[in-house]
Amino acid sequence: MDAGSADGRSIGNPQVSNVATQPALNAVEGYFPTREQYLDLINQLKAEGFEMAVDLCAVDYLSHPGRELPEGITPERFEVVVNLLSLSQRRRCRVRVQVPENDPVITSIFSAYVGVEAMEREAYDMFGVVFTDHPSLSRILMPEDWEGHPLRKDYGIGRVPVQFKEGPGPR
Amino acid sequence: MALEDLSHNFLTGSLEDLVKWARRASMWPASFGLACCAIEMMAAGAADFDLARFGMEVFRNSPRQADLMIVAGRVSQKMAPVLRQVYDQMMEPKWVLAMGVCASSGGMFNNYAIVQGVDQIVPVDVYAPGCPPSPETLMHAILTLHEKVRTGEITRRRDSGAGAALVTPESPWTPEVPTAVRLGTPK
Amino acid sequence: MSDITPTTVRSIEREALLVAETSEGAQEMFRREQTGADELRRELGAVLKVDGRALDPNNIDVERDDDETMIINMGPSHPSTHGVLRIMLELDGETVLRSKPVIGYLHTGMEKTGEELSYVQGGTNVTRMDYLSPVTNELGYSMAVEKLLNIEVPERATWIRMMMSELNRMSSHLVWMATNGMDLGSTSMMIYGLRERELILAFFEKTAGLRLNLNYVRPGGVAADLPDGWQDDVEVICDTIWARTFEYDQLLTGQTIFRQRLEGVAAITAEEAIALSLTGPLLRSTGVPWDLRRTMPYLAYDQVEFDVITGTYGDNFDRYAIRLNEIRESVRIVRQCIEMMPKGDFRTQDPKVTPPPRARIDESMEALIHHFKLFTEGFHVPVGEVYSAIESPRGELGCYIVSDGGPKPYRIHVRAPSFVNLQAIPLLMRGGMMSDTITVISTIDPVMGEVDR
Repeated sequence: MDAGSADGRSIGNPQVSNVATQPALNAVEGYFPTREQYLDLINQLKAEGFEMAVDLCAVDYLSHPGRELPEGITPERFEVVVNLLSLSQRRRCRVRVQVPENDPVITSIFSAYVGVEAMEREAYDMFGVVFTDHPSLSRILMPEDWEGHPLRKDYGIGRVPVQFKEGPGPR
Repeated sequence: MALEDLSHNFLTGSLEDLVKWARRASMWPASFGLACCAIEMMAAGAADFDLARFGMEVFRNSPRQADLMIVAGRVSQKMAPVLRQVYDQMMEPKWVLAMGVCASSGGMFNNYAIVQGVDQIVPVDVYAPGCPPSPETLMHAILTLHEKVRTGEITRRRDSGAGAALVTPESPWTPEVPTAVRLGTPK
Repeated sequence: MSDITPTTVRSIEREALLVAETSEGAQEMFRREQTGADELRRELGAVLKVDGRALDPNNIDVERDDDETMIINMGPSHPSTHGVLRIMLELDGETVLRSKPVIGYLHTGMEKTGEELSYVQGGTNVTRMDYLSPVTNELGYSMAVEKLLNIEVPERATWIRMMMSELNRMSSHLVWMATNGMDLGSTSMMIYGLRERELILAFFEKTAGLRLNLNYVRPGGVAADLPDGWQDDVEVICDTIWARTFEYDQLLTGQTIFRQRLEGVAAITAEEAIALSLTGPLLRSTGVPWDLRRTMPYLAYDQVEFDVITGTYGDNFDRYAIRLNEIRESVRIVRQCIEMMPKGDFRTQDPKVTPPPRARIDESMEALIHHFKLFTEGFHVPVGEVYSAIESPRGELGCYIVSDGGPKPYRIHVRAPSFVNLQAIPLLMRGGMMSDTITVISTIDPVMGEVDR
């Protein structure tokens, strides 16, 4: 039933001992590295058998700052979420990195997983999170001359009031 | 020459009626499939619904060879200039059919990304409702358009709606600046 | 003459304006001297060689001068790009050197709209993403919401979901067979594929009321029970499609032209496919038996018998063969579903997510208020975040939902398999002929609604 259930093995990470972990994060191993630990952790997880970076997305926690994080992790406005998958061990893990609002810059993990190229561009396009060392960080979904990053919480949905050509008239 | 001297039968009629009949009966759609509706458009062209009955099964991929643009699906802000360019490349006379609510009015996607109705970019002749419209709805829309072509004027096609703004006596050709300007960033 | 000149000038100006309007700046492909080294390697399809290993110079001349090559643009309105995909290609004669997909022409802002819709309404949004397999979209979304809610789905609902998603997989692959046939010039396959699909769509219409965009699978179960006599309908679908797949074999599989256009074209290895995060038939064509239905079973896939189809060479023909055989496997699963369909509720009886039955609304005011609240405000979902993945016809479809405890998702992100699979384009097209680009796009099977969301 549960597609992402962990098999109960403890995932110690001896090399990066100060990376905050949360073993049961909806039954998936969770890691909360800082921005400095991020690339190292990703490389280690890859060496540990997570062959595929399945998903990478960003979340804007502007209006929902209070969320559960392990001790020592300061919640920031943006969070980059990476879902890794191990085909050989049939397990998943999730890496969540806090990215501050005033400096939305994070290392690209393109060097470890080339498959995140489009996903990082999407996160940049939609949230304005800059990925350094990305081969060509440009917008991917929006037009090139678009202003703003649509999925940010302070960006309006852009709803146009529905216009009726003729009023229904008196009844 | 008196009528009784003729050896063949003949019919009389106005040239206009003949032209309109010919236009109606040989309409070639441009394949401008965008989203879900494009799949239903394909289904309408396939065996079960068979648009060939109306002489319309040949979807032209070049806009130069097409008379009818079926805008099948949601038009994004990024696609809008492209759509306008394809429309400008089509030869007169040309018609536009907005298929589905997204093309007609933006539909359920009333947000920053979708043009709220393709009639902001090109003049639309017939709107087909539905999300997506079933092939029957599309065929009904096409027949409505056929009827419009058959009963309308051949020289001036549009007298109301978005088309009127584009074809005015002062500027007999389409305006230089396409109306498909990006509609600005919503605040 | 003098009165002609202004018109000509104006039309040239207009042309220039239109080109400026449709230009996408940095998203497009540029000449080599204007392209960074990493990006150039990516466009050459050599991303896997970044860790020190050099490109094989015999394979393709990577040091070619700009004036010997030509950059052309395909799409976004192109007959063979399956919608509004735009691809820029650098060609040397007929050989493709570099390629770069430009996407976003169908960007619908669905993730933003999803934040504005309650969990009950969310299904209408996600079902329009991958319009060829709406049921799997709804399923991925519903399973994520159910995980957050921590509710169990009744057994019958699980089996209905499984049967519907397998029927949907058939119809999706049938459309793929149709469009792939059309791309390769087999217009009869186009007609046949859509003809068979109509059978399934008729059943969908009978069950859910709509042909596409069903919004049938909802958090807590499915929208309605199967119609009376559904067994006979589904039997007919299974028998017909099972028999017809062998007609496709006759029409296509053994046909020389078809084989020559597909065999050995655009091959990838398992290593490359995994590095590029490819899933679905693309990954399985390289011989990796990765199918979430088997490897990480959800619904009741661990109780039915089916085979995971894998290829050997990772070429276009393998991807064709996988999809054709997956139709047969789906028929097998659906037949088992008919036999093993349990009795019971088609949605959970948890009053938190399920409205009271219609009969009770007439007699009880509380039931009416409850119904009204559920459909205006929606149910509240506990705080948390969840990623739930299922196997869509195109690969792993994941749904990442962050909930802030309210009735609307705080963030909903869908991991669209086609979006990720499109990254394989530079690698698959590299060194191929211009005509092979068509088959490459076709066998990747991108659905642009899902790519751009």
